[in-house]
Amino acid sequence: MGEVIVITSGKGGVGKTTTTANIGTALALEGKKVVLVDADIGLRNLDIVLGLENRIVYDLVDVVEKTCRLKQALVRDKRFEGLYLLPAAQTRDKNAVSPEQMQQLCEELKQEFDYVLIDCPAGIEQGFKNAVAGADKAIIVTVPEVSAVRDADRIIGLLASSELPDPKLVINRVRTDMVKRGDMINIDDTLDILGIDLIGVVPDDEKIIVSSNRGEPVVAETSSPAGKAFRNIAKRILGENVPYQELEVEESFMEKLRKLFLSKKGTRSL
Amino acid sequence: MDFFKFFGKDDNTSKDIAKERLKLVLIHDRANVSPKFLEMIKGDILKVISNYMEIEEKGFDIRLSRIEQDDDTYTSALIANIPIKKMKNIGKNNG
Repeated sequence: MGEVIVITSGKGGVGKTTTTANIGTALALEGKKVVLVDADIGLRNLDIVLGLENRIVYDLVDVVEKTCRLKQALVRDKRFEGLYLLPAAQTRDKNAVSPEQMQQLCEELKQEFDYVLIDCPAGIEQGFKNAVAGADKAIIVTVPEVSAVRDADRIIGLLASSELPDPKLVINRVRTDMVKRGDMINIDDTLDILGIDLIGVVPDDEKIIVSSNRGEPVVAETSSPAGKAFRNIAKRILGENVPYQELEVEESFMEKLRKLFLSKKGTRSL
Repeated sequence: MDFFKFFGKDDNTSKDIAKERLKLVLIHDRANVSPKFLEMIKGDILKVISNYMEIEEKGFDIRLSRIEQDDDTYTSALIANIPIKKMKNIGKNNG
């Protein structure tokens, strides 16, 4: 029996879809059977990020309304063994599906797959309620900006009241140079504010945009720092204890120098 | 020019400001409970207190608020204003 993980954030544009695509692909590369479910009905995007937009015949709403069988709607990714997509409907809206129907769908998918990853729409309304309804676990994606962190906190509160406690945090698009300057909220600050466990830190990486331009998940690229971060998240989901990449802990030369001077400053008598 | 400022941060880097602002706003967000929830609390408090005194129900006001502490931090507090009409006789014999 598989596990259903919802990837959510509250705020839009923080990288939920990219995160879903990449964690899913990385899990498939680890030999797992994975289905990615696009729950963003009416604004489907997981298909284009994955490069599967031309292969869609049926969608999630068709399955729920029993227009087709579940297997007919699943798009198999030929590049990655074990990776499947259940696309969202594009011409319907969030009310086309109910939380009960999503729950039932997840139960069915769990029989067939090791991991069911649900790409949650932005917001806290019907689409969010649908996406979390069948989930066993939750991953919250945020970026180090006040608006995204605030929304993440709201989502943590909502998840706690919908029987999904203990969500894990992905901090996306971290810019090491800005963190070093003190102009970006760092990992410790974010964890301190939100009070949940970390599962990954993804550096800001141009390759993400290039890879979605091409419809190829960045995890397939060995040279990409973001790709490596996503592969590490997948390993942590599988229970491996992967140490965090250097960018997360590295102290800059200037920082060390500053501390050296500051400690001297303390003993100065003026 | 302050030599040490040249080497980077004092306490007012923009991320410190962001962190402080976030912490403050989240206290408020987290305490922002629904009116229905407050009505439930109000009902229960009313029940308990009515055992001991008669209350002016119209003037009964309850709300969540932020209170500034001495060290400039904030905490959430439940503020209730409960006008009393009359004390009941229970308990007087014990005194």
